[in-house]
Amino acid sequence: MRGLRFTQSFGVALQTLGAWTLGILWIAPLLYAIWAAIHPTGYAVRFEIFAPLTLQNFTAAWDAAPFSRYFLNTFLLVTMILAAQFVLCTAAAFAFARGHFRGSSLLFGLVLIQLMIMPDILLVENYASMRRLGLVDTIFAIGLPYMASAFGIFLLRQAFMQIPKELEEAARVEGYGTIGILLRVYVPLAKPTYIAYGLTSVSYHWNNFLWPLVITNSVETRPLTVGLSVFASTDQGIDWAIISAATLMTSAPLLIGFMLFQRQFVQSFMRAGIR
Amino acid sequence: MHRRKLIVFFAPSVAAERAVMRRTTLHAWLLLTPALVLLFAFTHYPAIATFWHSLFSTPRANRPARWVGTDNYLALLEDPIFWQAFWNNAIYAGATIPLSIGIALAMALWVNGRLGGRGLLRMAYFTPTILPMIAVANLWLFFFTPDYGLLDQVTSTLFGWGPTNWIGQPETALGAMIAVAVWKEAGFFMIFYLAALQAIPPTLYEAAAIEGASRWTVFRRVTLPLLGPTTLFILVNAVINGFRLVDHIIVMTRGGPNNATQLLLTYIYEVGFRFWDTATAAALTLVLLVILGGAAGVQFFILGKRTHYR
Repeated sequence: MRGLRFTQSFGVALQTLGAWTLGILWIAPLLYAIWAAIHPTGYAVRFEIFAPLTLQNFTAAWDAAPFSRYFLNTFLLVTMILAAQFVLCTAAAFAFARGHFRGSSLLFGLVLIQLMIMPDILLVENYASMRRLGLVDTIFAIGLPYMASAFGIFLLRQAFMQIPKELEEAARVEGYGTIGILLRVYVPLAKPTYIAYGLTSVSYHWNNFLWPLVITNSVETRPLTVGLSVFASTDQGIDWAIISAATLMTSAPLLIGFMLFQRQFVQSFMRAGIR
Repeated sequence: MHRRKLIVFFAPSVAAERAVMRRTTLHAWLLLTPALVLLFAFTHYPAIATFWHSLFSTPRANRPARWVGTDNYLALLEDPIFWQAFWNNAIYAGATIPLSIGIALAMALWVNGRLGGRGLLRMAYFTPTILPMIAVANLWLFFFTPDYGLLDQVTSTLFGWGPTNWIGQPETALGAMIAVAVWKEAGFFMIFYLAALQAIPPTLYEAAAIEGASRWTVFRRVTLPLLGPTTLFILVNAVINGFRLVDHIIVMTRGGPNNATQLLLTYIYEVGFRFWDTATAAALTLVLLVILGGAAGVQFFILGKRTHYR
């Protein structure tokens, strides 16, 4: 019996060791970026505890590229996509969840195709479409292919279907129309799903790279990710300190946001039933 | 006689019901149309147009596109870079899918258990998900730098290895790209496993404890089967990412050295937007679409039947 207990606690110790090794491995790039960004360039590859601290790398990076414009572009992009997704996906999800009409399941199947074939893969044709629409090199064009999101429609439909039908009937008796029922009954009750989906969408589009790289070619439209890649590849050579500072700047809003809302984020995922 | 009475009795309400139905259908279509128009314009139409354009030559300034049938595909079959990208992508997907799912499951079990400091651990695991892949690529670029990069510093202290050009030599470049992708994805998948683990009713574990089942048996017989639907969901995402997640490759190696990290999507980007050979790019895109469509079919029809949905 004692032997068994020993093996068990040995197992727990081993697992703790594994968990922490993995944790350190996973956080190491971020820790390194912070180290390199707050010390003078020479210390990027020398790790001395009492190395002098500096904020110079941040100011140097900020001055070296139009980051304020990139921030604005990304902010506009993410807000525009999120607003459009909430409106379009709510409407479509509601129709799929409650209105059973002829061909609705076929249509839903067609929508789900986008889960597998995302706009990222159809770069070439979507670029051609944007050129025909005269939208190349606009922020609107970066967002347009993502506004009707199958993932959003799918998640919100799931959430709407779990809402008891009696609530809808009660609201109808009270005299609400279809839109009133949607806005007063369904949307408030699906709040966790909106939070989970909203956070996923914001982080996805804040970080998206390939399509924005293809469709933009000027400072006025480039989001942060494309701006950062232009910055790191041409202007800087390999000054790790400044690149690290720029890297931290561009990811800071999301990182801080996540740290503040970490618990809500995980819980909303659980309540949204994305599993 | 009796029957006729019934019809007369029901007739008005049937008509009313029909009217309601018609109104519901109308509302449904009004609600659906905006989303459907955009979906068709940027997913279905381009998928079909890809196929159509892959049957023509690339239009140039002085020479419009002309019908070439399957020539673009035949040219692909002869193209060694296409085959290299194809097999590279097979290795890339084949490694990142099981590795990221396996690590995500281990992470979720650890974070869900009674380990010390699991809040911190959860954050450490999840941070890569939040960081932009481009930013991350810059950091990993430094890690992989020969001689004074972090990885070489660690391997030379621990094992006394000489400097290795991790992303500059064909033997290790693809492996390095796989490592970055797994690092980026695992924490995201962990969240889904964690959500599923916390939804398992504790009574099941209590029942297993009464039966005297070992921890391994509990994991295999109780936990793992209940994670089935989650695993399917994660698998779909992992498969898509196995072909879509290429941002870091475009920044770190541009498909090199000598096409050692060329994947299908990076090759589409190169052919379509550096060489502006849109016909070849269309044929390449169709190959990718067929692979993804096939993967979807396998997942939904074979795996989907074995996983019990709630």
